[in-house]
Amino acid sequence: MRLSIGSGRPSRLTTTGLALLVVLAAVAALGIGRYGIPLARVVGIMFAPIIPPAEPVGATEANVIFTIRLPRILLALLSGAGLSLAGATLQGVFRNPLIGPQVIGVSSGAAFGGTVAILFGVTHAGLLGSAFACGVAAIVLVYALNDVIARRNILALVLAGVVINGFFTALVSLVQYLADSEDTLPTIVFWLMGSFATANWDKLTLVAAPMLIGCGLLLALRWRINILSLGDEEARALGVKVERLRWFVLLLVTVVVAAQVAVSGIIGWIGLVVPHMARILVGPDHRNLLPASLLIGALFLLIIDTVARTVTATEIPLGILTALIGAPVFALLLRKTERGGHDG
Amino acid sequence: MTDDGALLTIEAASQSYDGKRWQFRNLDLSLRAGEITAVLGPNGRGKSTLLRVLAGLLTPTTARRLDLNPRTGFVPQAYSGSFPYTVLDVVLMGRARHIALFRMPSKSDVEKAMAALEATGMADFAGRGIDALSGGERQLVLIARALAGDNAVLLLDEPASALDLKNQDAVLTLLGELADRHRIAIAFTTHQPNHAVTVADKALIMLEGADTLFGSIGDVLTEANLKALYGLPVVAVPLDRTGARHSAFVPLYRSRDDGGVHD
Repeated sequence: MRLSIGSGRPSRLTTTGLALLVVLAAVAALGIGRYGIPLARVVGIMFAPIIPPAEPVGATEANVIFTIRLPRILLALLSGAGLSLAGATLQGVFRNPLIGPQVIGVSSGAAFGGTVAILFGVTHAGLLGSAFACGVAAIVLVYALNDVIARRNILALVLAGVVINGFFTALVSLVQYLADSEDTLPTIVFWLMGSFATANWDKLTLVAAPMLIGCGLLLALRWRINILSLGDEEARALGVKVERLRWFVLLLVTVVVAAQVAVSGIIGWIGLVVPHMARILVGPDHRNLLPASLLIGALFLLIIDTVARTVTATEIPLGILTALIGAPVFALLLRKTERGGHDG
Repeated sequence: MTDDGALLTIEAASQSYDGKRWQFRNLDLSLRAGEITAVLGPNGRGKSTLLRVLAGLLTPTTARRLDLNPRTGFVPQAYSGSFPYTVLDVVLMGRARHIALFRMPSKSDVEKAMAALEATGMADFAGRGIDALSGGERQLVLIARALAGDNAVLLLDEPASALDLKNQDAVLTLLGELADRHRIAIAFTTHQPNHAVTVADKALIMLEGADTLFGSIGDVLTEANLKALYGLPVVAVPLDRTGARHSAFVPLYRSRDDGGVHD
């Protein structure tokens, strides 16, 4: 019988295993690419400052690993982790396993902010700020619209998200229509399709702070998300200030998603699919589910990005790959959960 | 908190959602430690609304006095969560009020949850998924969740209405134990006068026209009052059980022989 704290030990083992897998995959990914470096050599180069390797580290090797691949890999890990954590959180808060960051309008809001920034030639912190501001605007609109439709009704909140998502998607199209087709339009289109191709330390440091703070706070709140998932009335009866807590959680989700969208465009499906994988592995308790989603998401996106940059001569945009892989995987997972009765 | 030793008191409380139709008007009610109050009334007459008011989930339209208790546990009719948490995880959520925002449940929280499961006889189910339990077992788990919060007052919305006879007995017996042994003040809604007679000390009946009657079981649950309440003759049958309550109520349903269904 699993009696420690909740379903404690087995899932802790799973989490540790996943974390090791993520580290391993990251190190392996450092060696994979057009300029191949054997795994042992990658490890040697990583530890070169501490234990100088027998064969000195070449300038090209160091450049490939530290300047090109490492920031890209870290960015993929962060984005995958953030998106999946955001997805698992949203599914819990909205009590609906079919919700993802894209459904409730945050992604498209942030995308609109990003496209407007590109249209006016704003980059870096400006683009991040614009994406974040519009992401927040989207979620505020969702809430305002929800108030108009039916107060405190969770289904109405989801529908409001669908409406706002449609609205911002239209605005993104409008910006594309207005953009210079020679210059800004390709930039916008490629950015929207999602890619880590332009990853560098600059971008990484820009998004690391909001990502890490958002993810950290969400992880700290993970037990409260169990209570939010009971529904408003029951959670309130248990002494939880539901409205305030949900707002705070949604704001954190917006921070994470907007930061991801700002650096790598819209990457769909991850936030929807990964929490289902995690639920099969560690069960529905968000104390285990959120860390597991975070790790699986990091691993998943790292693998997809590695495929995206190595399989063909020109890079495949991530948004296309995640959809091509995510859709059938999601269908399989749904079939499994329907049969196993593992999910609610 | 109150002058008369009550753990929860409301006076002259009235509730209406639209300002026209009243759920109840000028309702007086107080819950005392170790006392069980049964709330009876036909469907849609505001029993659940009253419980929501007592639980602090709904502010009544007007009230002269509203002394709610912060240590109040609410037991809904059924588990409404969307995810199949384990029984222990569900009961742990009853500790929410005692756990700081960014904290996880501690060892002592788990112990309190286990103690609550122990008290409801559900400790063996701790590691099971709530979705794998029967209706009666779930009800006991929900009661355990309310107990885990160290509550002084327990409010239950039709705790035994969807259960078979044996499980009805289990839930009612548990309520009696909680009142007698743990000195918890309990109020529950029910459609069964017999449930009220079996365990309750007091009854509140919600009559037509938003009128209510609150008092001891013997005073309130009479043949005349029950007939007025349900619009159906109810006969009190004396029960010969020493120490037990003296009568059971038998409603006189219109049977086929009466021509009831042939009318």
